[in-house]
Amino acid sequence: MTEVLGLYNYWVFAVVLALGLYTAAAAPNLVKKLMGLSIFQSAVFLLYITMDKVEGGTAPILRAGVGEQIYSNPLPQVLILTAIVVGISTLALGLAIVVRIKEEYGTIEEENIRDMDQS
Amino acid sequence: MILTVLGFLLLTLLVIVTGAIVRTANLFAAVVLLSLFSLLMAANFFLLDAADVALTEAAVGAGISTVLMLAALALTAETEKTASRLKWVAAGTVTALTLVLLYATLSIPRMGDPSAPVHQHVAPWYLQNTPHLIDIPNVVSAILASFRGYDTLGEVFVVFTAGIGVLFMLGMRRFPAGKRRIPPPQTLGLKHHLVPRTVGTFILPFIILFGLYVQFHGEHGPGGGFQAGAIMAAAFILYALLEGERRALDIVPPRVLMLLLASGAFLYGAVGVMCMLLGGNFLDYNVLAADPVAGQHLGIMLVELGVGVSVTGVLLSIYHAFAKREPA
Amino acid sequence: MNVQLLIDTASWILLLSGSAFVFLGGLGLLRMPDLYTRMHAASLTDTLGSLFILLGIMLQMDWTSSLAKLVAVIGFLLVTNPTATYALANAALLAGEKPRTAPAPEKP
Repeated sequence: MTEVLGLYNYWVFAVVLALGLYTAAAAPNLVKKLMGLSIFQSAVFLLYITMDKVEGGTAPILRAGVGEQIYSNPLPQVLILTAIVVGISTLALGLAIVVRIKEEYGTIEEENIRDMDQS
Repeated sequence: MILTVLGFLLLTLLVIVTGAIVRTANLFAAVVLLSLFSLLMAANFFLLDAADVALTEAAVGAGISTVLMLAALALTAETEKTASRLKWVAAGTVTALTLVLLYATLSIPRMGDPSAPVHQHVAPWYLQNTPHLIDIPNVVSAILASFRGYDTLGEVFVVFTAGIGVLFMLGMRRFPAGKRRIPPPQTLGLKHHLVPRTVGTFILPFIILFGLYVQFHGEHGPGGGFQAGAIMAAAFILYALLEGERRALDIVPPRVLMLLLASGAFLYGAVGVMCMLLGGNFLDYNVLAADPVAGQHLGIMLVELGVGVSVTGVLLSIYHAFAKREPA
Repeated sequence: MNVQLLIDTASWILLLSGSAFVFLGGLGLLRMPDLYTRMHAASLTDTLGSLFILLGIMLQMDWTSSLAKLVAVIGFLLVTNPTATYALANAALLAGEKPRTAPAPEKP
């Protein structure tokens, strides 16, 4: 039982990653593609944060006077903390490009844009 | 045990919500679901002992990202036009990838295993040495601002560059004078809606206060520059939503936004250079004060302030760049 | 009289009734016919349910600063939750979503 639950986070990571990647690759709409990328990114965050957990641990904020306390691994948290803010900034950059495409082409559907480019 | 089960339920919900986002053709609904996705993600992070990350994800993912997406949708389209067919090549590749990943999980240590390789190398060193080298309780802040200060400097500049990129793409034009007949709804805000406006004005000071608390209490509890920046930006975005773009830009004009955006990143770099001038290495805060630990405290405080100011500036400028643009 | 037992009982009653309210809210969200009734079901029970759950948790806690934080959380929930519902209903009405009304009774 604990074996299954112990790997469940990683399975969720794999499935969410796949759904995000599929959306980014196959969705016809550019905003939807960006959402897919965002989901893909969040799945990676989940992978990292899952790795930081130590059994019986607590958040890595040291408390004086508490004898032997197990703390979870702070390093993945630092990496993901900054990655989330970087993620929103790059997402905004992507959305800005989409807005400009809409203004130039009048559409954000990939196929229509490709047709207009070829004609 | 109960927490594991709760995590199991939350993760199952996460997968369901992801499926719904992928399936829906209504982009508006997808944005709302994405906000739910972020909230579930934040709850999961909290269960996995990552309080700082949960705080960031809740403020950024569920708050600011939703507002940005909605602003972008107002400028583009609310539904997908072409029906999304199942693309066999993409679906096949992704399925194969998933199977490989699932197979790979069978050989990695299960979650929470204290003997997993990830817990053996640097993390114990950080946990052991933070008390006497830096002496702040929040190890995440210590690593973020001091031990891995270079890394964070890089991240701040990525955020800064992305903000500059959005401004290049969309610009911060002034309102065109006289051209407009009816102002678009997003420039008016919720001026005519008494209840949200009153309540919003009431809680706004508390949000700003909380942002400051998260900024300056970040060494002792969960918090720090990134979270505080997101919360402060959310407060000012709320003001812009309530009072309209024009009022918001009168209060914090584009010039000030540019200044915030640049000065935060500059402050971070300047602290590093200051350390060099005082005879240390770049971002080696020990030399900033007579006592190395006091130097570390000062350095971390300044660097976190730089991060907070920069993140506030970038997120606010990005929001205004989207919100001010007129639909094509 | 065992004070601890009394506090525990009160806390459990609050927690369970809070959960019941949240559950009913979820049920209403699924079963109600149109947007406005669904919102009605979700918002009222959500505010009350989370209030009860938070009060129940507070009874289990010691006198620390976390208690004050929970009081603040309750305050914000009581203020923001109804406002969000109001804003949502208002937006739906402005967007042209008509409430579903019973057909007018036919005159015999």
